[in-house]
Parts: sequence; C-alpha cells; structure tokens
Amino acid sequence: MSTARVALAIAAKDLRIERRSRVMLNQVLPFSGVVMVLFAFALDKANLLSRVAPGLIWMATLFSLLVMVQRSFAVETDDRAFDALAVAGLSPTGLFLGKSLALAVQLLVLDVVLVLLAVVLYETKIHGGGRLALAAVTIVAAVSVLAGIGTLYGGLAAGSKGRDTLLPLLLLPMAAPVVIGATRSMEAAFATGGIAMREGWAWAGLLVALGVLTTVGGALGFSALIEE
Amino acid sequence: MTGSTSTRFTRVLGAATLLGTLWLFLFGLFLSPDDIIQRRGVRIMYVHVPSVWLAYLAFVVTGIASVAYLWNKTRSLVWDRIAGASAEIGILFMAVTLVTGSLWGRLSWGKYWVWDARLTSTALMFVTYVGYLAVRNLGGTHQQRAKRSALVAIFAVIEIPLVHFSVERWNTLHQEESVAKGKLQDMMLFSLFSGIVTFTLLYVWLLIHRQRVLAMQDALDDRELDRALIERRAEADAAAQPATTSAGV
Repeated sequence: MSTARVALAIAAKDLRIERRSRVMLNQVLPFSGVVMVLFAFALDKANLLSRVAPGLIWMATLFSLLVMVQRSFAVETDDRAFDALAVAGLSPTGLFLGKSLALAVQLLVLDVVLVLLAVVLYETKIHGGGRLALAAVTIVAAVSVLAGIGTLYGGLAAGSKGRDTLLPLLLLPMAAPVVIGATRSMEAAFATGGIAMREGWAWAGLLVALGVLTTVGGALGFSALIEE
Repeated sequence: MTGSTSTRFTRVLGAATLLGTLWLFLFGLFLSPDDIIQRRGVRIMYVHVPSVWLAYLAFVVTGIASVAYLWNKTRSLVWDRIAGASAEIGILFMAVTLVTGSLWGRLSWGKYWVWDARLTSTALMFVTYVGYLAVRNLGGTHQQRAKRSALVAIFAVIEIPLVHFSVERWNTLHQEESVAKGKLQDMMLFSLFSGIVTFTLLYVWLLIHRQRVLAMQDALDDRELDRALIERRAEADAAAQPATTSAGV
C-alpha cells in the first residue's frame, strides 16, 4: 500500500470512528463553547473581548486540541490497535499523515465554530473578501501545524503512564509560535489590535512554512518512533 | 563497573572548579568595582551570564548527543545518557538564569519580568526541557527512553529559533524599554570571564559524574530485571516439579 493510500485509509478510519462515537460533537465542541463563555466572564470589560478575540479563539483551540489528541490516541492504545498497525507493515509516514489529517479536519470544524462563536459572543467582525481569505488561510495553516505536533507528541506519549499530564507539558511550549502567529494574523483579519493586512499575511506565511516543517519533521520523527 | 563515579581526571577537574569558584567569589563580590548606574546590582551578572552560557551549552550538547544516538546504527546508550545528563544540568542552570535575571530586572528596570523576546523564549525553553526530562521518565526499555527523548530533544532544538523569532516579531509592538548598555570596565570583564571559565569547568565535571551515575542506574535496572527473570523461572520450575513427579507416580 502506498503512503498516500495508507494516510487516506487511516484518516477515513479516524473520522469514521468520530462520526459513530460523536465525541467531537457531543463533548469537544460544547467544551470549547464553555471555554469561550468563561473567557467572557474573566475578561468582563467593555470592548476588551472584541479586541482579544483572536487570541481567545486560539487558546480555546489549544485546550480542545489537548482533548482531541488524547482521544485520537486513546482509540489506538486501548486494544493495542496501534501495535497491530505498526506490525502490519504500514508506512509510518502514512500513519502519521493519516492521523494528522483526521485531526486537522476536526480542528478545522472546531475553528470555524469558534470563529462563529466569536462573532456572536464577542461582536467580532470580518469585512471583505481579503480579510476572509486571510482568516481562512490562517486557520488552515495553523490547524495543519497543530495537527502535526499534536500527532507527533500524542504518538510519543501514547501508551505510557502519566500521558494525560505529560501531553500539555510537551505540546504547549511547541505551540507558542503558532499561537503568536495565528493571533496576529487573525487580528489583521478581524481588524483589531492595529495589525496591517500586509503584516497579517506575513504571519500567515510563517504559519504555512511552519506547517510544511511540522509535516516533514513529524513524518520523519514518527518513523523513527515506531520502527523497532 | 566500580562503585565510584570519580577518577583522577574528575578529581583534578573538581579541584580546579572549586578554585575557580573561590576565585569568582573573590573577584565577583569584592575586587570588581560597582557599576556607575547599576551599582552593586551588576555583581549578579557574574553568575547570570555564566549560567545562561552553561544552560545553552548544555542544551546544545543534548541536541548533538541526541542526533549522535539516532545517527549511529549501534544505538549506543552512552549518547543517550550524555544527552540526559546534559539536559538536567541545563535545566538547573536555566532556572538559575531565570531567577538571577528577574532579580537583576527588579534592580535595573523595577520589574521582575518584562515581555522581552529573550526572556520569553528562555522561559519557554525551560518548560520544553522540563518536558524532555518527563519523557525520559516515561518508563519502558532503555532504548525506548533513548529514542523518544532524542526525538523530543531534536524537536526542541528546531523549535528554539522559531520561538525566538516569533516572540521577537511579536514583541516589536510591545517593546517599551531598552537597557542602557555601558562599556564594561576591565575588572568587570575579567570577573565575567572568570565566571564563564569556572562554570564551564563545573559543567564538564557535573556532566561526567551525572553520566556515570545514569550508567550505574541503567546497569542496576538491568541487573534487577535479570534477577527477577531468574526468580520467575525458578518459581515456574518449582511449580512444574511436583506436577511431573505426581504424574510419574
């Protein structure tokens, strides 16, 4: 089986599990909604919420990412399914890309919902096609980076004792450049924080570069991790 | 393996480090002059700068040793133990850097913390390597530990410049203050240099000892495992013995 076919098969499997179990719909999305509401309680100042909305969207994404990565690898480690996949001789790169792709699709849905929530709850506005395009590129690029590092560290911590507490410690410092870049870029798209569109696109470009780096590096790292 | 981690070389190195520390005390606290602006606060620099040098050196060594582990087909655990020992020392001195830095910041800027690119990326790096040590303690075989932690170390090394770059760009909007950089006097420079030399000696001394302690721990783990295997086999044999006897009767 080619790497691409393995990746698509694994992604389809993960999304099928998700469609049947509805963990994303019934647990992760409500959780991120609660986080957005709690942010509003914590930052209860006039106009403050609309100004910091881009950062809050990415913080809520990060919190949800932790839950999603744990879920993504819990289904693999429960019956040692991951060992079976590795023993089956499937390409490790394909496994990594497949798990990342499934995670990225779920994160994409999550972020679209979070942006809509920001529009409703925080009075955020996106005017014009250019700003909408910037927001879309930012979300896709940031999501691909987060899915990549999430899959890599999720795989690393999977099956070990204390993985639930280890994952945030490993993942969050690595996500720092994504939070900074994606927040600045979304500030440009939302026209808050005084960021020019040109600068917003520069940050989005950085995110795209990070996405490529994470995908290549993650695929190589994942191969080294599961080869025995 | 002997019961001690010291050799003739490490004893000489240890003595040199001790002498260097006394030398640093003498110059850093007494012989070097006060700064015109920072006054006595400048003396923190003689610990702060060598600490940050040592921490970076340690993390670079961790990165190189991790690559060496993955690169060599033999998967020698010596590289893994050097990486682990170096990271432990790096974290310790990164903590010293953060504490002395914030104390110095309080004296110079009136604040313990500013959102400066260097400070922020240092703090993130500290947390990243704390995570690295946590990965080392995940359990499993020595080779599993080595492989996982080598990957984390390599990703950390790739991540450091990215974090620094993004924090720097982010901070250009927030930059409020800049430190007036006066020229250091000769005696100050000499004290600082003494600190860097002493801390480097200290690093090498700590690294050799810690690496050997880790090797002993690994050897002990292996011995315990062998002992447990022999015991279980003996139990199995003892359990099988009466069964065969009774079957024979």
